[in-house]
Amino acid sequence: MTQTARAPATALDRYEVVIGLEVHAQLLTRSKMFCPCPADYINAGPNENTCPVCLGLPGVLPTINQQAVDFTVRTALALHCDIPDFTKFDRKNYFYPDLPKGYQISQFDLPLSLNGHLEFPVNGTAVRCGITRVHLEEDTGTMHHAGDVLQSAASSLIDFNRCGVPLMEIVGEPDLRTPEAAREYLVRLRQILTYIGVNDGNLEQGSFRCDANVSLRPHGQTELGVKVEVKNMNSFRAVQHALDSEIERQSAVLDAGGTLVQETRGWVETQGRTISQRSKEQAHDYRYFPEPDLPPLRLDAAFVERVRSTLPELPEARAQRFQTAYGLTAYDAAVLTDTRESADAYEALVSAGVSAKLAANWHSGDVAALANEHHQPLQHSGLGIAGLASLLRLVESGTINGPTAKELLAELYVSGGDPEALVRDRGLAQVSDTAALTALVDAAVAANPGAAADFRAGKQQAIGQLMRAVKDASGGKADMPVVNRLLRDRLSE
Amino acid sequence: MRSRAASLTASTITELAAALRDGSTTPRALLAAAVAHLEKSDKDLNAYLTVTRELAEQQADAAALTLEQHPDSASPLCGIPMALKDVLCVDGIETTAGSQILRGFKPPYTGTAVRRLFDAGAVCLGKTNCDEFAMGSSTENSSFGPVGNPWDIERVPGGSSGGSAATVAAGTVPYSLGTDTGGSIRQPAALCGVVGFKPTYGRVSRYGLIAFASSLDQIGPFTRTVEDCALVYSAIAGGDPRDSTCDPRAVADPLDSLHAGVAGLRLGIPHEYFGEGTEPGVRAAVEAAFAVLESQGATLVEVSLPSTDVALSVYYIIAPAECSSNLARYDGVRFGVRADRPSLTDMYLETREAGFGREVKRRVMLGTYSLSSGYYDAYYRQAQKVRTLVSQEFDAVFQDVDAIISPTSPSVAFPMGSRSDPLSMYLCDACTLPTNLAGLPGISVPCGFVDGLPVGLQILAPRFEDARVFRVAHAYEQATDFHRAASPFVGTAA
Repeated sequence: MTQTARAPATALDRYEVVIGLEVHAQLLTRSKMFCPCPADYINAGPNENTCPVCLGLPGVLPTINQQAVDFTVRTALALHCDIPDFTKFDRKNYFYPDLPKGYQISQFDLPLSLNGHLEFPVNGTAVRCGITRVHLEEDTGTMHHAGDVLQSAASSLIDFNRCGVPLMEIVGEPDLRTPEAAREYLVRLRQILTYIGVNDGNLEQGSFRCDANVSLRPHGQTELGVKVEVKNMNSFRAVQHALDSEIERQSAVLDAGGTLVQETRGWVETQGRTISQRSKEQAHDYRYFPEPDLPPLRLDAAFVERVRSTLPELPEARAQRFQTAYGLTAYDAAVLTDTRESADAYEALVSAGVSAKLAANWHSGDVAALANEHHQPLQHSGLGIAGLASLLRLVESGTINGPTAKELLAELYVSGGDPEALVRDRGLAQVSDTAALTALVDAAVAANPGAAADFRAGKQQAIGQLMRAVKDASGGKADMPVVNRLLRDRLSE
Repeated sequence: MRSRAASLTASTITELAAALRDGSTTPRALLAAAVAHLEKSDKDLNAYLTVTRELAEQQADAAALTLEQHPDSASPLCGIPMALKDVLCVDGIETTAGSQILRGFKPPYTGTAVRRLFDAGAVCLGKTNCDEFAMGSSTENSSFGPVGNPWDIERVPGGSSGGSAATVAAGTVPYSLGTDTGGSIRQPAALCGVVGFKPTYGRVSRYGLIAFASSLDQIGPFTRTVEDCALVYSAIAGGDPRDSTCDPRAVADPLDSLHAGVAGLRLGIPHEYFGEGTEPGVRAAVEAAFAVLESQGATLVEVSLPSTDVALSVYYIIAPAECSSNLARYDGVRFGVRADRPSLTDMYLETREAGFGREVKRRVMLGTYSLSSGYYDAYYRQAQKVRTLVSQEFDAVFQDVDAIISPTSPSVAFPMGSRSDPLSMYLCDACTLPTNLAGLPGISVPCGFVDGLPVGLQILAPRFEDARVFRVAHAYEQATDFHRAASPFVGTAA
């Protein structure tokens, strides 16, 4: 792990940090933004998913992907944005080899949505961050340099598979005050986008990307300080480290009486610092103008309402409901609703007759660990929701004990199987019969006189050895809470 | 005056369609005649950049089969040779837009309008010369040399679709496609003595048309008669899912109202279209045409389009702005010509320096400037407002009249090299480019001669009233003989 500068408490004492985030999220549409090519660029051979339109060949025209518009509006509604009834696309002009038309079709002054917000807790305090706008554009191609960067590369190859993939830009207001809040904003935003099924939230592969604008100002000053844009952060950890480092750098400049310059800086993970990429003077003039190849879009209220009706319950509301409906703690509710898949699985277990508390314990404990280990969520495991429900009902009815259930769960998670049939066939049902267990308890006490004496002498943990003896003698099937009670009765005689 | 009727390839589409069905000719025979005429005439005219003989032969054979099997249901265009302006993409056929930067570029697809003609059985003889990226009014801006006017090869054929106009005027093919951004079909049609039609913006798909100015470009036909023009228009018009600016509504068949005449119609004459540069001979010919229409029962009305003079300025802000963006893709990275340089920036600069001609560079720079931060409001935004005004003035006039009639071009064909300053060249389109700003349909039909050089009458109608344009034009044409006149090139190969 790289050594990273942490913003010293003194910097945050002396200056107010102002952070605004811009997120680019690829939409999970089947086809690209302006042509019918598949949007999947990860699993395709170089330039396999391209056509004259996304290659920007002479004479081609874009056509709008309706699904991408729906997804963007869905996102905007989840972020409480207004949806104007009139919106249009614009051209953002600049030259780069991964941009085949020499312009990106984006949105400038009349975006699909405006004025939203996102609320989330940071260290127990509610933070509300404004969302300036959510708009729709197209992604660029990707370049592979024979060398470090284009400028010094002997050659560069371009793959246009990603070119034209629908991209949503979510511009946040400069309402964030700490790197931690910035990180939490991103975690929450990503959670919502994956919840509503518009984005897969993959920072490493770049389907969810973030740039940050950071400035410092003395506490109490209303005017914003000089803004620096930080790029190249491809994990939540990188975002927090980059912001810590940039705050440290800016405060050092200000402390020394220097002035900051407005610029774009890139986060270099291996060096643990940001490096200047482009000054304000070198900034592009994008010469935006309305895209003449696409008529403006009119989104009527009926359309917006139709999209709104496709919105699922959002994570925060769902966690709230889990607490009231299932009597879960805030922590358990948050863990269970972390992903939509997990929350859906939990509710499916409960509706299959498993008690809310038992389902919560197993789902966020052993099941989560197995899902992680096998990279297979419960829904897609061999056991499935129905299998787990059947297993947990056996636990709940006292047919099998906890350790047996754990072993069965681990065994069946990937391969699948019928827990009831297995318990019957293997005779795994637990022994709760007092007479049978009393005989085993007596035998254990007789065979371990030392432990029995120790317990009688007040050494509580000595009972463990006796419990193990009973458990082993029962072939692991003994109802252990009953064994515990019988042992204590027997030893206090 | 010579008549074109003497030559097979100078016949009309309707005549040839009949000949193909009565067995007096075949698609192969028509093609052979066209090729022979092209080989003889094009040394002087330079109307063709690429001759697509192999494609034409395949298409002729396919057309022959269609005509044999389905003579009644086959399109009137089936088996008839034609030519395409070299801004229209054809799969596997070099398409240069008259520019060095696209030398060697073979599109991997065929555009919609062309595809529709091919599906109808058209036989594509070749790609015609034009001003580079359709920027110009004389075809002198082609990087592959100028095109001669078949009436006088020392003179320009007009532009930018000069090659497409010239090849029809020369009697090589009965029709061709051009594109009109500010008059680039109508003006060369006028200067070459043929019929040229610019459809309503949004009636013909632009998919496959190498864009100059996206909000102004339209594809349209050059023909020898108005009826032929309506036939070709019908074949290419109509909605296209690949072009969002193309209107999906059904296209009224212009042939239905072609013979309805002009009796009872009110025709507006905008005095602004007779500016200072209008040559007296042009004025006389056009006024004579007005009188013909009046004698056919039309009522002539003086109208005013006060923004006509500023339309030129508006056009030369909007068209270059769009062009500066549309031409950004010619960067040497993926197709066409690349200047090899060690740095990316130098590669861009050298490729575009060597690949683009002067007029293209001028417009790219104008457009880049007017879209730049700090100038956008003063130029581009202001131009868009005035564009709306221009459009509204037309709408107001069309409340009172059914169509507008005017000269197509203030002058007849001028000698090559005589208009070296850009502004005098831009003035060629004073009567045509307001139409594109408003998206209206317009036609130019032959209406006389000045010293042996053709004059064109322009007829404009409200948006989506393309059929009315044909109706008025046909009434005029049927009352006159100018469309029967043949250039000295017609029949030279017969």
